[in-house]
Amino acid sequence: MDDFLLRALLAGLGVAIVAGPLGAFVVWRKMAYFGDTLAHAALLGVALGFLLDFNTNLGVVVVCVLLALLLVAMQQKQKLANDTLLGILSHSTLSMGLIALAFMETLRIDLMSYLFGDILAVSNTDLYWIFACAALALTVLITIWRPLLAITVHEELARVEGVPVTWVKLALMLLIAIVIAVAMKVVGILLITSLLIIPAATARCFARNPEQMAIYAALIGCIAVSGGLFASLEWDLPAGPAIVVSAAALFFSAPWWLKLKRSRKQI
Amino acid sequence: MTSNQMDKKILIETKGVCLALDGKKILDKVDIRLHKGEIVTLIGPNGAGKSTLVRVILGLIKQDSGEVRLAPKLRIGYMPQRLTIDPVLPLTVRRFLTLAQRCSESKLIEALTEVGAELLLDSAMQTLSGGETQRVLLARAMLRDPDLLILDEPVQGVDVTGQDELYRLIGTIRKRHGCGILMISHDLHMVMSATDQVLCLNRHVCCSGHPDSVRIDPSYVALFGPAEIQQPVITPYSHQHDHSHDAHGDIVEDDHKDCKHG
Repeated sequence: MDDFLLRALLAGLGVAIVAGPLGAFVVWRKMAYFGDTLAHAALLGVALGFLLDFNTNLGVVVVCVLLALLLVAMQQKQKLANDTLLGILSHSTLSMGLIALAFMETLRIDLMSYLFGDILAVSNTDLYWIFACAALALTVLITIWRPLLAITVHEELARVEGVPVTWVKLALMLLIAIVIAVAMKVVGILLITSLLIIPAATARCFARNPEQMAIYAALIGCIAVSGGLFASLEWDLPAGPAIVVSAAALFFSAPWWLKLKRSRKQI
Repeated sequence: MTSNQMDKKILIETKGVCLALDGKKILDKVDIRLHKGEIVTLIGPNGAGKSTLVRVILGLIKQDSGEVRLAPKLRIGYMPQRLTIDPVLPLTVRRFLTLAQRCSESKLIEALTEVGAELLLDSAMQTLSGGETQRVLLARAMLRDPDLLILDEPVQGVDVTGQDELYRLIGTIRKRHGCGILMISHDLHMVMSATDQVLCLNRHVCCSGHPDSVRIDPSYVALFGPAEIQQPVITPYSHQHDHSHDAHGDIVEDDHKDCKHG
């Protein structure tokens, strides 16, 4: 196997393993649009990273976290519905990111690679970043798993039972921000949410408890990444979209698999 | 009764609790007191601030002024008004009960048996009926081994026979564990006979006392109207519709999505 291909596969698997379980929470807590908003803001983080000359991954995480905090503050003050607020922030931050990038005439940036990912160009440094962030995110997620699940089921009940609700929610936002920063390389800003929600939604068909759903989501994400990369190589498709399409194919065929499994059991 | 209560430990005491939300006064100088082993029921019309008062006591919202004193190291078991779990989250009763803390199989079964739901241990939460959900919520509150139970409309969404059973169960739990119970109900008729004290709340405490004395209290009458007193024996009747009517009053079969056939 070629080096660049191995790196691409490892990067994709690294992201899928953490995006699956985290995606389960995005699905349970109905945060798909929230994820989208943070992802769109990531472009602003990239631009700031270039402008202020520091690591773009860090730039993305910082901008995403700031946006998440801004969102929480606005939710408490404004009378607007949540999705309206998200829509405003999502598109204005994406536009600000595009404008900021346009200002940097001296620097030639491949915008498409940020918007739709460039997994085949993953470098060794990128790989280290992905695995370090994935390991960190998974560790944090496992640590806060039980309280996070408790507030997902009933926030006030969890608060009365002593769960530090605000901290746990902040940790979840931070995790989403980190995953967006690393997943950007794989599928790009515009497609990141799909990597969070499609594997998790697919896993729901097969799971009997929350932990199973998280693990299956990671596995399904890995299959989607492998399938997408294979298709991209075989038919010369753009890799990021190919991964998303292969995830979607798994999602739509899941009920069919389930039927097959059940009918086999009956025989 | 009163002298007996004097010796007992006070679990909750509020003094002059006031709270306004969005400029609207919700609670106005509310004083309540609850002793160990005592059942206090809050009644009042919709929007009277019952749930708000409970949320203040639980520390979920902060009062504008006034004092809320809880006994030191008070363990509270809370049963919220409503629990809806999205079908996208696969969750069994067993997993739901262990969300707050790990606990042994035997303790889980013991808690479920106490509320008469031991057969539900491995059922999915979304398949439970209204009454079953309330029992499971009660079991989760009991798993904390509480000194005080706070129940927000515990019989909501439960049919009449089920309501009676649930109230009886709550009475049994009080006797067996000796915990205090603070409960919300929006209907005096439905207030269980085991209640020691009824507080009629309409932003402020209108009247309080034993259910029988509250029923004839002028401020209660003013709030709920005399018709309710003249017919205190009427049991509210409710039934689940399993069909709808068209404009002519004929029965229209629907998809029976809420029915459970056993």
